[in-house]
Amino acid sequence: MPDDRSIQVAGLVREFKGAIKAVDGIDLSVAGGEIYGFLGPNGAGKSTTVKVLTTLLPPSAGTATVAGYDVAKQGAKVRASIGVALQDVALDPMLTGREHMRLQAGLQGIPRAERATRGNDLLERVGLADAADRKSSTYSGGMRRRLDLALALLHGPSILFLDEPTTGLDVQSRTALWDEVARLARDEGTTVFLTTQYLEEADVLADRVGIIDRGVIVAEGTPAALKAEVSRPTVEVIPRDAEDCAATGAALAPFGEQVAERAAGSVAVRLRSGADQLAEIVRALDVADVAVAHLALHEPTLDDVFLAKTGRSLEGAGDEPAETPPEPERAAA
Amino acid sequence: MSALASSNMPAQVGLLAGRAVRHIIRQPAQVVFPIAFPLILLAVNSSGLDAATKLPGFPTTDYLDFALAVPFMQGALFAALNGGQDLARDIEGGFLDRLALTPMSGPALIAGQLGGALFMGVVSALIYLTVGLLIGTGIAAGFGGALVLLALAVTISFAFACLGTFVALRAGSGQAVQGFFPLFFVLLFLSSAFFPRNLIEQDWFRQVATYNPVSYLVEGIRSLVITGWDGQALAQAFGIAALMIAAFLALSAWALRTRLVRT
Repeated sequence: MPDDRSIQVAGLVREFKGAIKAVDGIDLSVAGGEIYGFLGPNGAGKSTTVKVLTTLLPPSAGTATVAGYDVAKQGAKVRASIGVALQDVALDPMLTGREHMRLQAGLQGIPRAERATRGNDLLERVGLADAADRKSSTYSGGMRRRLDLALALLHGPSILFLDEPTTGLDVQSRTALWDEVARLARDEGTTVFLTTQYLEEADVLADRVGIIDRGVIVAEGTPAALKAEVSRPTVEVIPRDAEDCAATGAALAPFGEQVAERAAGSVAVRLRSGADQLAEIVRALDVADVAVAHLALHEPTLDDVFLAKTGRSLEGAGDEPAETPPEPERAAA
Repeated sequence: MSALASSNMPAQVGLLAGRAVRHIIRQPAQVVFPIAFPLILLAVNSSGLDAATKLPGFPTTDYLDFALAVPFMQGALFAALNGGQDLARDIEGGFLDRLALTPMSGPALIAGQLGGALFMGVVSALIYLTVGLLIGTGIAAGFGGALVLLALAVTISFAFACLGTFVALRAGSGQAVQGFFPLFFVLLFLSSAFFPRNLIEQDWFRQVATYNPVSYLVEGIRSLVITGWDGQALAQAFGIAALMIAAFLALSAWALRTRLVRT
C-alpha cells in the first residue's frame, strides 16, 4: 500500500434523481497530515461529498482519489485506508461499547490476538473504559460520538473522515473531541477531512478551510487568509454619554469607514489598516474628550467570508453553543 | 498501519450471526411473544374447535394433533418479522453504512442476519414440539419423524426469514416490514392451517387454499404428526421451502446490491 495520505478531487459531481446536483464540480486537494475543514450550511453538499469520498456513493462525474486510490474503482482499498465517523452516529443499541469494538475489529480483519488490546486501548483513550460493558443505548450523545470515533480509528486508518462530529455535543465533549482530532494530526500524521457548520470549529481546528455552498466550493484557504481576503477588523466604541456619539464618530473617522452599529449607542469603524491602530484610536478618543463605556476590536470571521462569497450569512451559525471551548494545541500548519 | 488482512467470509458470518443472536436474547419481546402467542392460540383452538374432529373425513380424532402444525408456521412468521425489522433498523439508523465501510461482504451480511433467524427457528421449534408432546400429541412417524419435523420446521422458518430479509432490504423501513406482517397472516388463514382442504365447503376458499403454498408447508408438518411417513407431503413441504429459500435469497442479494451501493 502506498504511503499516500492525501485526498485529490477534480470536477467531482454527484447528481440525484430529478437532476439535483448535490455536489456540482468541486476540486480540492488535501495534503497528508493536514486537517481540512469543509464548512457549509445544511444541504450545501458536505455529507454527499464525504459519502462519495468514503465510497458509500459513486460519483456521477469527475475523479477522486483517497490515499492514492480511485474511489470509483478501488473502493475496497480506499475503505482499508480510511476511518469514517458519519453525521448520524450509527451504533447498535443492543451491543456494549466493547462488543462494538470486537465486531468492528473482527470485520476489519484485525488478528484475533490483537483485537482485545486495540479495542481496550482505544476505549481508554476516548474515556469509555468505565462504560465499555454498558449497552450503547445508555450512552450520552458525547459518549456515542467518542465510541464512534474509536470505531473509526480501530484499524489504524491514515485518513479520517469526520462528518459534523460535534453537532449536538456539549462544550466539554466538543473540546475533548477537538483535542483528540488535533492530536491525531499532530502526533500520528493522520489526515483529517472534517465537515462542519460551526464557524469556530473550522477556524480553530482546520489548517485549511473549504467553504461549500449549493454544491460548489466558493472559497478555500487558511482561515486567516480567507478572513484577510474579504475583510478587515472592526473597532466598536460605546461612549459613556450617548450625546458623544457624534464626537466618537469624528474621532474614529481617520482610521476607517464607519459601518452599521452593532449595538444601540455604539459607533463602529472598519479599520483601514489593522489592529495595530488600536493605541492611536484610544489616544484619539482621549484627545476628543470622549469617556468610553465599552471598546472592542472585532476580527473578521468565517461568516464574513461566507457572506462576502455568497451574499448570505452561514445558516446554522445561530445553532452554535454559546460557549466556545479553548483552542486545542496544534502544530504549526 | 492500515494494511490489514481482510476477514474471511465464514468469520464475518459468525460475527454477524453472533450479533443477531445477541439481539434476540436481549429483546425478551422477540423471544417470549413469538413462542407464547402461538402456544396460547394452540390451546384456545384445540379446546374450542375439538368438535370439528367429528366431521366425516376429518383426518384425526384429536384437534390438538391437527392444530400442532400451526404454531410452527406462526413462529416462522414472527421470526421473519423480527429479523426483518432488525435489518430494517440497521438500514434506517445507518448501521448498514458502518458495516459497509468494513471489508464485510454482502452475502455475509445476509447469512449473518439469517443466522439469528435460524437460532430462533431451532429454539421455537424445539419448544413447540416439547409442549405438544407434553400435552398429549403423538408423532405418528415416531422419533425419526419428530427429528424430520424439527428439520422441516427450521427449514420453513429459514424460508420465511429469507422473505423477511428481502422485504427489509427492499423497503428499508421497519414500518414497511411491519406492514407486510398481516399479509403473511392472511396467507396462513387462507391455507389449510385451521381446516383440512377436503372439508372446506366454499369453492373459492378451497381453490385459494389449494394454490396457497402455505397449505403444503402446514400439511408436511401435519403428515408426520397424524399420518406417519407421507413421502409426497414431505417432498412438497421441503420442496416449497427450498424454492422459497432459493427465490428470496436471490431477491435479497439483488436488493442488497441496490441498498449497498458502495463502490
